[in-house]
Amino acid sequence: MARELAHLSDEAVLALVARSEEPALAEIYDRFGAVAYGLALRVLRDEGLAQDAVQDAFLTVWRTARTFAAERGAARTWILTLVHRRAVDLVRREQRRRTDPLESAPEPVAAEQTDQLAWLRFERERVQAALRKLPDQQREALELAYYGGFSQSQLAERLGEPLGTIKSRMHTGLARLRELLEAEDTQWTSSTS
Amino acid sequence: MDELHELTAAYALDALDADGQRVYEQHLAGCERCQEELAALSDAATALAYAAGEATPPAELRGRILDAASAERTNVVPLRLRRRPPLQALSAVAACLVVGLGIWNVTLQHRLDHRSALGAVLADPGAQRVALSGAAGEVVVSQKGAALVLDRGAAPAQKTYEAWLIPAGGDPIPAGTFDRGGAVLLHGKPSAGMTVAVTIERHGGVDAPTTEPIATAKLA
Repeated sequence: MARELAHLSDEAVLALVARSEEPALAEIYDRFGAVAYGLALRVLRDEGLAQDAVQDAFLTVWRTARTFAAERGAARTWILTLVHRRAVDLVRREQRRRTDPLESAPEPVAAEQTDQLAWLRFERERVQAALRKLPDQQREALELAYYGGFSQSQLAERLGEPLGTIKSRMHTGLARLRELLEAEDTQWTSSTS
Repeated sequence: MDELHELTAAYALDALDADGQRVYEQHLAGCERCQEELAALSDAATALAYAAGEATPPAELRGRILDAASAERTNVVPLRLRRRPPLQALSAVAACLVVGLGIWNVTLQHRLDHRSALGAVLADPGAQRVALSGAAGEVVVSQKGAALVLDRGAAPAQKTYEAWLIPAGGDPIPAGTFDRGGAVLLHGKPSAGMTVAVTIERHGGVDAPTTEPIATAKLA
């Protein structure tokens, strides 16, 4: 049943989750489970904690899907924000931050779901390419905050910079990343049309 | 004030501490500029999730999440209630209760039929699907019936959503009311050339639309 919802938009599937349709939650997991787990693992660096974060976040999706407002943003942003927030809560609680949050630890990948994996890889390379175009200090601020789970004050302390500098690096970096990703979207559209 | 605007990126990255987050959220509630900026920056922050690295969640995680969700649902139907208690055990009071449960079961069964009919329409690979304009969602028309998927929250207080089938050049035909967005079965089956429309009407619904549609879809 779950894959038969495959033609619906993320937002439409979420509307079914809001009506407590279990196959719709399964579909949401099939779409976002892998990226959610990859994110949680990067932040938490512990498989058990990463699973906890993903499970908590998906149950929050289940309980609160009716509060999601499609006109305010994409479903994927809402879902992955819940995952990220939960992972950051846990990492701050567990104090498991490493000094090298920039390194990722790829896991072997199961052979099935190849279409989705191909798409995830494409998306990953696209975002990583955009990240590489940022000035080093901006990229560092974004990566330490998002993957490391550091708050802006912790970052300022860690990098020995004034808080204002950190704020401005995060802001400029994120705004620039957005432009880079959008510019690429436009190119992609125009080259295929 | 300006200082709070500057926190938008940090908030999108979950890089505020608990106090900062609370202060920013209070500000956000009343600041349209920040709401717009946050929507854009959150999309960019979410893109970072895709660059986090490749990892395959353990296969059992999916089942664990679905089991936990299933155990939690508040509107779950306890099927064993449908079995009647043995006749000899009935007192007059219990008899009333069983009649009551019987009626309740009929309603419930109706709801279940509705849900499975809805599922059959939505899952029909041969169904015609037309995106709504005016709101996110779609109309799905299958041999088994027609469904409307509307991506919106609850209707305003004292109001309801009402669906309409509008024949080309004809008057709108009521096709059902519902109180919140999601997927619903339409009453009646729209045919080619008809427009499916959704309006917001007073609670209980009306016989003819009194407001402009918030969403429409014209069937080919």
